[in-house]
Amino acid sequence: MIRFDNTSKRYPGGHDALSQVNFFIPPGQMAFLTGHSGAGKSTLLKLIALLERPTRGQVFVNNQNLARISRTRIPYFRRKIGIIFQDHQLLFDRTVFDNVALPLIIAGSPRREVGKRVRAALDKVGLLNKEKVYPITLSGGEQQRVGIARAVVNKPALLLADEPTGNLDPELSREIMHIFEDFSQVGVTVLVATHDLDMISRMPYRQLTLKAARLVGDTDPVETEASA
Amino acid sequence: MSRHNLKTRGHVLLMRHLQVFFYSIGQLSRSPFSLFMTSAVIGIALALPTSLHILLKNAQQLSSGWDGAAQISVFLKESVSEQQVQALQKYLRKQKEIAEVTYISRQQALEEFKAQSGFGDALKALKSNPLPSVLIVQPALAHSEPLQTEALLEKIRKDKRVEIAQLDMQWVKRLYAIMDIVRRGVVVLAALLALAVLLVVGNTIRLAIQNRRDEIVVMKLIGGTDAFIRRPFLYTGFWYGILGAMLAFFMVTLALLLLSGPVERLTALYQNSFELTRLDFSTSLTLMISGIALGLIGSWLAVGRHLREIEPA
Ligand SMILES: Nc1ncnc2c1ncn2[C@@H]1O[C@H](COP(=O)(O)OP(=O)(O)O)[C@@H](O)[C@H]1O
Ligand SMILES: [Mg+2]
Repeated sequence: MIRFDNTSKRYPGGHDALSQVNFFIPPGQMAFLTGHSGAGKSTLLKLIALLERPTRGQVFVNNQNLARISRTRIPYFRRKIGIIFQDHQLLFDRTVFDNVALPLIIAGSPRREVGKRVRAALDKVGLLNKEKVYPITLSGGEQQRVGIARAVVNKPALLLADEPTGNLDPELSREIMHIFEDFSQVGVTVLVATHDLDMISRMPYRQLTLKAARLVGDTDPVETEASA
Repeated sequence: MSRHNLKTRGHVLLMRHLQVFFYSIGQLSRSPFSLFMTSAVIGIALALPTSLHILLKNAQQLSSGWDGAAQISVFLKESVSEQQVQALQKYLRKQKEIAEVTYISRQQALEEFKAQSGFGDALKALKSNPLPSVLIVQPALAHSEPLQTEALLEKIRKDKRVEIAQLDMQWVKRLYAIMDIVRRGVVVLAALLALAVLLVVGNTIRLAIQNRRDEIVVMKLIGGTDAFIRRPFLYTGFWYGILGAMLAFFMVTLALLLLSGPVERLTALYQNSFELTRLDFSTSLTLMISGIALGLIGSWLAVGRHLREIEPA
């Protein structure tokens, strides 16, 4: 689903945020991306979402070389992936329903379909009763769940999350992670960047570790168990 | 693609446009004061050339009746004495088709010629005054149709004391020349004010884009195309344009209403029934189309410039 092929990213100013990164995440896999602050996690996700372009090497999503996607095609590409941000990126002058509906409106879905899909997405994150309220009245955890609902309302095959639990207490963080597991179980590829090693160490998923722009660790507990 | 499919696609597109159309009104009506201010500035800028255009139209209409109202220059025979001139002047003044008769004596004519030609010294060498006496005849406005003037001219020519009588169209030509200059001035002014409208709309849309920066970023993050993000701003420009044009329409109509009374009284003094031209249909239509076009172009330029600068990072 995701393949990095000797990929490097140097920001203007000469700072190397990623340096010769190679990995492959097969379809349907759930993986964590870890590393200290500044290690390059966000940069890696941005390359997948075409928010940045690599300076060297290539990125493939669904066997498509992202270098081949022109600026005008980027919106259509982004509609196929769900992105979740640490700071939610919700619109505070619109209701929860309207926020979650936005990707469908952008894609031009018919009206009836919009209502159905938005409620299905809100149901999955347990916020069905909040559709008419404004995000500002919600707690941090609830806001993050609205963000997740918006990311999955299009039924994307790939979910990216950049420190989705960064501002949440452990209890709420676990809830959020469970939501991701649910999506993973129905075949969605999930890549979650986090530095909450404590929590993910207890979860049976693959871990990619970045350190100072380089990929220094790639462990998969399932494979380790199988080979043991 | 099947016909049915095309039809539903067209329907969806129409619905989306209608949604944004009304959404943009909703957004604008949230701050009615700034909406009014911007529209009023646009309105004033549009009202200026429009009212000048209407005034020019009126001047044209008023002067079209003056083609035949030219002066008649009557050159008298050399043999005609001063008394005879006076008598002729008196006689002509009594005619109902004549409004005014001005007498320029041979002496006056010579002085004038000396002063204007610059041949003053050369003329001193002449023993006698070569210039004839002249009567300037101004036909009455009520008898100023070209045919009537022609008849008057014939009548004057038949008089034995008259050497030559000729229509003098000079000042009418001058008036037309002046109106032509004014017309060009209106075009230049309209162009400048159109530019001003573009700048006003452009700047307003630029501010709107800045205010909605977060929203634009989110739209781009979740796959909004440039066209989708641009659409509400274009509609906003459309609304500014059409509201500005409507305000201009009311301003010009009101101004003409205020002017019509005095103008009618003035023209009545010249025994001329003249009705002030109001905003006609084609001018109103041009005004509306210009307003909308300027609103759309102004916002298009602003969006084109500023939307690209906003990229999620
Ligand atoms: N837009 C940018 N311009 C320049 N440097 C950047 C930019 N974004 C990130 N960086 C730098 O790249 C490095 C990696 O950043 P980031 O990918 O955000 O790391 P992480 O998400 O792991 O904290 C950091 O040193 C950061 O300062
Ligand atoms: Mg980060």
